[in-house]
Amino acid sequence: MMAPLFSSKLLLVLLFGTLFGLVLGVLPGLGPTTGGALILPFTMTLDPLSAIILLTSIYCAGTYGGAITAVLINTPGTPAAAATCLDGYPLAQKGEAGRALGMATVSSTVGGIFSVIVLVFFAPILANLAYEFGQPEYFALAIFGLTMLASIGDGSPIKNLIAGAFGILISTVGKDFMTSIDRFTYGINELSVGIGFIPVVVGLFAISEMLTQSTLLDQVFKRVALKAVKLPTKDDYKKTWKTILRSSGIGSFIGVLPAEGGTVASLIGYSEAKRFSKNPEEFGKGSVEGIAGAEAANNAATGGAMVPTLALGIPGSATTAVILTGLIIHGVRPGPDLFKEQPEFLYGIFGAMLVANILFFIFGFFGAKIFARITLVPNKILWPMIFAVSVCGTYSLSQSIIDVWIMLFFGVLGFFMRRYGFSVVPVIIGLILGELVEGTLRQSIVIFDGNWLMFLTRPIALTFFILSLIALAFPLIRSKKNKKII
Amino acid sequence: MNNVRDKKRANKSLPFFFRTEFKVFFTIILVSTILLISTFSFDTVPPILNRGIQPATFPKGLLVLIIVLTSIIYYLSFKRPWKKEKNLPKPFFLTIISFVLFIIISKTLDFFLAISVLSVFVSYYWGERRIFYLLLVSIIFPLVVFIFFEMILGLRFPPGIITNLYYY
Repeated sequence: MMAPLFSSKLLLVLLFGTLFGLVLGVLPGLGPTTGGALILPFTMTLDPLSAIILLTSIYCAGTYGGAITAVLINTPGTPAAAATCLDGYPLAQKGEAGRALGMATVSSTVGGIFSVIVLVFFAPILANLAYEFGQPEYFALAIFGLTMLASIGDGSPIKNLIAGAFGILISTVGKDFMTSIDRFTYGINELSVGIGFIPVVVGLFAISEMLTQSTLLDQVFKRVALKAVKLPTKDDYKKTWKTILRSSGIGSFIGVLPAEGGTVASLIGYSEAKRFSKNPEEFGKGSVEGIAGAEAANNAATGGAMVPTLALGIPGSATTAVILTGLIIHGVRPGPDLFKEQPEFLYGIFGAMLVANILFFIFGFFGAKIFARITLVPNKILWPMIFAVSVCGTYSLSQSIIDVWIMLFFGVLGFFMRRYGFSVVPVIIGLILGELVEGTLRQSIVIFDGNWLMFLTRPIALTFFILSLIALAFPLIRSKKNKKII
Repeated sequence: MNNVRDKKRANKSLPFFFRTEFKVFFTIILVSTILLISTFSFDTVPPILNRGIQPATFPKGLLVLIIVLTSIIYYLSFKRPWKKEKNLPKPFFLTIISFVLFIIISKTLDFFLAISVLSVFVSYYWGERRIFYLLLVSIIFPLVVFIFFEMILGLRFPPGIITNLYYY
């Protein structure tokens, strides 16, 4: 599994990806999704394996990096670290920042490694199952992936579905792939090739975040001093080992579900840690179990999310949607054939994720103090620089200034979407899955000779449709209970 | 507790057309309807060549879905109005203006000049007054980015008054 990694170039890529991921994770507002999108154009100079290793190491390290900011300044560096704030910061305020970060580092590493093992075992099994899939099954699977959007984040399920439908709509811009008829191009030649993924993702994540930061300029972060990261004590291990293992399992499972990701995983991991704890009253006041529950789960979601991404071509999270785009633009088509034809490529990715988890443990343990200083870079300097990189990165992919304008448009749109409670993640996943949904639907209709009811005669497709209904009903019932349907 | 909730939901006291939920509903419905109308002007495949559905059918279905879902969230907002958002601060509008300036300058003068102008504009209005840092974000960093993209990635940027000095 590790053999493809024994080259100085790949190790260098892995090292850079881990360090870059940590920096992105530490900076509030950035994170592995935005960072992955920003670096995607640069990967064009790399071979496919190096490019994907770079993206996956950013994913693993970026997910962990969010914990450093969550513990020290009570602001999650990434959304997946939101639950870590609940106990990480109170513990740091008690003068135990080193202990809090030590627990976060150990549980993240265990969660991450656990999820790689899940990935190694389950991705080939899922890929084998996918051999049974025809166009109707893929359509039903994509629908299942889209309905899972309803339950992501803590936003409204209906708003998430609107955003997902909008994402699919964006994928229809340009020439229809079956008939070459122009759709939504309005005579603009550049639009006939469609709207690229990079301008949309950089706009929705980086530029909209820049606009959000422009509204938060008076926000002052109080940083807790950190002397050194401390490994958990024997007592801490005794208290948390069950929580770490449980959250690793929860995170891996949540990660495997299409469209879900670290944020959902960490919230469930945290609440389950509280439910099983002997001292639930300590939660929210600096409980090491709380930190372990959230961190093991969000890092375990990284490997889990790679399972449907590699085995089926259905992104398991927003960041894996970026990785999936990376695979596609490098000419690698995820799915069962990838497992049969390029196993060494996959083992390279698995090995890289394993090493990235070990590397971020080392960097986090010895370098958290340095990474924490990155949060001191003022927004008034940081964001103009990110803008310059965003613009050049977006331009570089197809050397089109229209792409830059599209990026700015989606930046403004993303800002208002977030302001009014629409998550931008479903747009990205809708955009990624759009072609698959439409293509498989239209081909299925041809196969079924226009008889839509034939979908129900296919057992696998029917199972996915039933799962889709459950996926739709569950968040609606939950939201109705919490009165958060809109 | 109830007082806090009432204050957050103060949006309810406004006339319906000033309420956030109406503005969002109206914007989505308007844009979706315009797009839906435009789908009727898409070319169609002659029946003899048509396999499956027409190219306009799928986007039409999506737009109808968006309209229906938006109507549902608007209907539900009568029972539970959205909370009123804080007014946007001045730096937000200045950042939007800087985007407009970026588009105008990149189209008419120069791509990198546009990046420099936006960077210095945003940095200054976000509160940076130190000359070194203004120079860093407006000249030094864009120069580093240019060199990186041009020399390492071999990218050719669009011509302009500054970029031409390098290319010619």
